[in-house]
Amino acid sequence: MKRIILFSLLFPLAFINSYAQDAAALVQRVKTKLEKVNDYEASGEMKTNVSFMKVPAAQVKVYFKKPGKIKIKNEKGISLVPKGTVSISLNNLLSGQFQALDGGSDNINGLPVKVVKLLPLDENGEVVLSKLYIDEKNALILRAKTTTRESGTNELEMSYGKYASYALPDKIIFSFNTQDYKLPKGVTFDYDDGSEKKKEPSGKETQRGKIEISYSGYIINKGVPDSVFK
Amino acid sequence: MWQLLQIELFKIFRKPRTYISFGAIAAMVLIVQVALKFDGQSYIEFILGSLKDTLDIPYGTILNGYFVCFVILNLLLIHIPLLIALVAGDEIAGEANMGTLRLLVSKPVSRTELMLAKFTATVIYTGLLLAWMAFLSLALSIALFGTNDLIVARSNAIEIISRSDVMWRYFAAFAYATVALTTVASLAFLLSVFADNSIGPIVSTISIVIVFTILSELQIPLYDRTVKPYLFTSHMLGWKGFFYLKTDAEGISIPRTIENLPAVLKSMSILLAYIVLFTGSAIIIFKRKDILS
Amino acid sequence: MDVINVSHLSKHFNGVHAVNDLSFTVQEADVYGFLGQNGAGKSTTIRMLLTLITPSSGEIELFGMNLRSHRKAILRQVGAVIERPDLYKYLSAYENLLLFAKMSGLRVQRKQLMDQLEMVGLAERATSKVHAYSQGMKQRLGIAIALIHNPQLVILDEPVNGLDPQGIADMRNLIMHLSRHLKKTVVVSSHLLNEMEQIATRMLIIDKGSKVVEGSVAELFDPAKTIVEIDANNTAAAAEKIKQSKWAASLQQVTERALVLQLHKDQLAQLNKDLVQMDIEITGFRPGNSLEKYFLSLTGTNQHVAAFTN
Repeated sequence: MKRIILFSLLFPLAFINSYAQDAAALVQRVKTKLEKVNDYEASGEMKTNVSFMKVPAAQVKVYFKKPGKIKIKNEKGISLVPKGTVSISLNNLLSGQFQALDGGSDNINGLPVKVVKLLPLDENGEVVLSKLYIDEKNALILRAKTTTRESGTNELEMSYGKYASYALPDKIIFSFNTQDYKLPKGVTFDYDDGSEKKKEPSGKETQRGKIEISYSGYIINKGVPDSVFK
Repeated sequence: MWQLLQIELFKIFRKPRTYISFGAIAAMVLIVQVALKFDGQSYIEFILGSLKDTLDIPYGTILNGYFVCFVILNLLLIHIPLLIALVAGDEIAGEANMGTLRLLVSKPVSRTELMLAKFTATVIYTGLLLAWMAFLSLALSIALFGTNDLIVARSNAIEIISRSDVMWRYFAAFAYATVALTTVASLAFLLSVFADNSIGPIVSTISIVIVFTILSELQIPLYDRTVKPYLFTSHMLGWKGFFYLKTDAEGISIPRTIENLPAVLKSMSILLAYIVLFTGSAIIIFKRKDILS
Repeated sequence: MDVINVSHLSKHFNGVHAVNDLSFTVQEADVYGFLGQNGAGKSTTIRMLLTLITPSSGEIELFGMNLRSHRKAILRQVGAVIERPDLYKYLSAYENLLLFAKMSGLRVQRKQLMDQLEMVGLAERATSKVHAYSQGMKQRLGIAIALIHNPQLVILDEPVNGLDPQGIADMRNLIMHLSRHLKKTVVVSSHLLNEMEQIATRMLIIDKGSKVVEGSVAELFDPAKTIVEIDANNTAAAAEKIKQSKWAASLQQVTERALVLQLHKDQLAQLNKDLVQMDIEITGFRPGNSLEKYFLSLTGTNQHVAAFTN
């Protein structure tokens, strides 16, 4: 009798443990794919959609170098890039020590995905919690929600094409928080065109912004100098 | 009429005070350029400061010739009306003060021709002053700071304009600014008809511009509805409309567009109407005026 | 031909009649003296002739043409110096002359301008800025500007103000030269009556905006006649006695202190005798023949003169 009770108590733990092992294994599969990439230089078009910013689509270069350097550069113009871009790199999300927990299942655009929660073991790190939505079959992260200490919660959505074998997306949409923007009219002397005005922002509200990068090509593992990241 | 215009231009450009205006603009522009060259980052931090915690600000590329030119225009188009009034306010009152008005009016030229020649000369002076300012603030800034995309800070938005999309906007803006400053010139010209000394018209013009500008910028609903749409100072900032772009459904700005071109054109029409009103009134009043000086 | 024909000209400023129903004519080759005290309306009238001031009523014709409808054509033939000649101080004499010559519709050559400056004695200072000129030099430059387009009518408003005696003599000679040799019509307004006496052929005396008298100097001011000012203790009683006598027509004016009579010079001795016989107590007897006395007698300013001299 005692053995039955003990077995009943312990049996679910085995499943929990096996689920945890499944989540970790899945993450490891993804990580193994990502680790094929030591560095890359990617070209793409970046669209910025923030309520207080009117920005044209820009041709950008995205540079990555292991273990965690990433830089978005608009070589021919100006781009205001969110400071949380460190989390744009999936490689950075999966770097360091963390505990992977099973978060169940979901589906994205009709595709079933596995939800895995990553708890960083480094209590002082920038990332507090990540939630990954992983295409189990192809070991590709389709969505990542990252909660950071300084920048709130960011969200990444990826779609893949010909670079799927390297887990490098064709398109990435990065959603982030930003403070609203306001300057006194006595400083800017805006032109009032007499049209209906939306409610004046206080400058203290938080806005949601979105950056969408459509990659046209990657140059993978050909070397990226450190000077690029300065 | 052409002969009269040549004479009036000759008189304007032989007066020492005319060159004070050109010198003053050069000094002001150079002061701003030197300040930004040494500490442009502070200014950019002031403009974009609220965003520096969430966005990476590329100070080096933001501080380029197009940005510096925009800063200069923003600061100086408040001060330039004084320099315009210095010459325009002197056109009739200065002649009366010198005693030359009675000699001019007793010549075989109609008063209307005389006034039109004087006003046209004033407009040419205004255009040349703007061209000088354009050269210093745009060409010299580009030479000193290079070019890149332009960031325009509005009170509740930031516009980034691709460098290839900037230059034509500046040409349009300077053309608009010429019309705006000609409005100030026509007001000073009108006030000059009433005085025998140019100090009165100059001070009156500047006082009117300052008071109207305050009314235009104050956010008081009573003034917004009743007074503001009719003040010429409300429309003098229309040149900025060339730097506000349209956006698509995703919020991405569309190159080579203007957010509200009809409004800008309407503002320009209002300024032109004021010019006709002020100048026409000046001519009518002068035609009936007894020259006692 | 009448060069100037003014009829019933009036100008009011805020209810004040600066010029009141004034009519006069200026004939060709006249040196027309326009006389009056300060504030009499001379400058206002001249400014109306030059279209600087719009008349309240009346008509002005110059060269047989209505001024309102033929302004440009008329002004091409008029040269004027209005009060002191104010010019563009920051320009040189040459530049001032060039500028106004062009405004008069002339296409001038440098030589023509220099000749004009030579004529007024300013050729050597042609390139100096006018702000460095003396009053006399400015006056001469003003004359040069008035004459550069060879006008048929020259109007000089107080041309000798501020000039030294040599300058006044030069101006007098110039006016006579313009009239006698160049056959120009000259209108001169002045209150230097001694000068006007020497050069005017016809004159108009204006007082409080109205005409007092107009005509040739010879008719109005006979040099054979004289003006006598007689001081008496009781001028009213003395005037009554004179009015009863043969000298009644000669009596021009009676004031508190003096009587003014105009008569032929050779009648002076007889008048003196008759005054004694009429038992008029005389304290002063001052004959004097001048336009000034004539002017003062007409404009009733003797009391002011007497007060000053006493």
